[in-house]
Amino acid sequence: MNIALNITQTFQDWLVGFMPEGAASITAMVIVAVIYLMIFAVAGLYLVLLERRVAAWFQLRLGPNRVGFQGLLQTMADALKLVSKELTGTDRADKFLYNLAPYFVIITSLMALGIFPFTQGFQAFDINIGIFFLIAISSIGVIGILLAGWSSNNKFALIGAMRSGVQTISYELSIGLSLLTMVLLTGSLQLSEIVETQKHGWLIVQGHVPAIIAFMIYMIAGTAETNRAPFDMVEAESELGAGFHTEYSGMKFAYFFLAEFINMFIIACIATTVFFGAWLSPFGITESLPWLGVFWFLLKALILVFLMMWFRWTFPRLRIDQLLSLEWKYLLPINLINIMLMAFLVWQKLTIQF
Amino acid sequence: MSYLSNIYNGIKTLLTGMSVTGKYFLNARKGAITQQYPDNRATLKMFDRFRGEVIMPHDENNEHACTGCQKCELACPNGTIEIIWDRGIDEVTGKKKKKIDKFVYHLSMCTMCGLCIDACPTDAIKWGQNFENSVYDRTALTRVLNKPGSKVRAGIED
Repeated sequence: MNIALNITQTFQDWLVGFMPEGAASITAMVIVAVIYLMIFAVAGLYLVLLERRVAAWFQLRLGPNRVGFQGLLQTMADALKLVSKELTGTDRADKFLYNLAPYFVIITSLMALGIFPFTQGFQAFDINIGIFFLIAISSIGVIGILLAGWSSNNKFALIGAMRSGVQTISYELSIGLSLLTMVLLTGSLQLSEIVETQKHGWLIVQGHVPAIIAFMIYMIAGTAETNRAPFDMVEAESELGAGFHTEYSGMKFAYFFLAEFINMFIIACIATTVFFGAWLSPFGITESLPWLGVFWFLLKALILVFLMMWFRWTFPRLRIDQLLSLEWKYLLPINLINIMLMAFLVWQKLTIQF
Repeated sequence: MSYLSNIYNGIKTLLTGMSVTGKYFLNARKGAITQQYPDNRATLKMFDRFRGEVIMPHDENNEHACTGCQKCELACPNGTIEIIWDRGIDEVTGKKKKKIDKFVYHLSMCTMCGLCIDACPTDAIKWGQNFENSVYDRTALTRVLNKPGSKVRAGIED
């Protein structure tokens, strides 16, 4: 079961057999992009379903369980309904930006998925500045939100979008610094090499105390980054209607909705890759079966997704000033001290390695 | 030092909250409060204070407790209850006595305020549990609560 290191490369090698090299590489990219698009659109729908069932269980309800076995087709039906709905807009909205905004959000979140190592060699695009790319791409999504709020010609949408800008720019700092703390251990930004380092123990074990602090900071900042409760100032229903996507309907709304859930999955995937050894099995119990790596990766990612859902259905929403003081007065100073602590550990070789 | 204790208290209270919801999550299968209504018609038990419709309980001898005093009719704010009464001869004393002929209840006009039930001195009418009252013709919602051939229970007026 040896598949070459890189999915795109595999496709390209196969296509080179019957077309010129330039065309082959473009075709390979398109094929991989379409496959990823289809897989993760469906996966996003199932994340929505998971969220609804988990939320129901937290509140002692049952959740959607009518459409299909145990409600498995519920979100499919919802998506079909949204596709068939009319796309409305507001008067004097900036039509071009208004229509462009959802694509910014959904495309950036799908682009980030391309570089995750789902198992040994199962990676669409092994870029050598992986972590940097992820941080960069995840902050482009906020442009879509700002555009949506600005172009909707709606005060609530604009306030929501501005809050999102404030929040994402602040918490981007914590995400970057907490990931940087872990990069001190790996010495590389390339995701496949980060996984390679973790063959001597997952990074959260290798870096022990500062790694755990970094993980906690990462999860807090990641929840804020995806605009989920308790940090959902952006679409605070009780104050702003639905925030930046108040004026969107039909499939454009669905793009925002789907992007939120794919972003949550991405945050969980980054945490899995950087802290919990990506596709590596615990104690190397299935080392000889690299295909099981997909299972381990998804298991870890889904546990972290569940953790974020747990946050959402437990904690009350923060006020905007509390949100900012949490970031600038608490997370950022702790993060800076933590990064120095980690540097000291790495310098003195106090890390735990098997 | 309040900075560090803030952090400690913050984390502690958040974990307390998560443990509470976590317990709910684990027990959700056993104690779900959702009623899957059309499926569980056979076992559905409405709660005690549920106001479905006004009923008049009859015992095994086809006797009810309504003396025909009309207090419920007077208490009703929108004329839901109409008591058609008559005078009959009491068998024991031989005197003339008021008794009900028909206790007419217009469910379509009832707002479920419960004033009739509060006003009743003999607890002849009660709240019923049935709430499936949809019909195609609204005349079906006008009901006679006392069963045919029923009479007032002896001793209820003493």
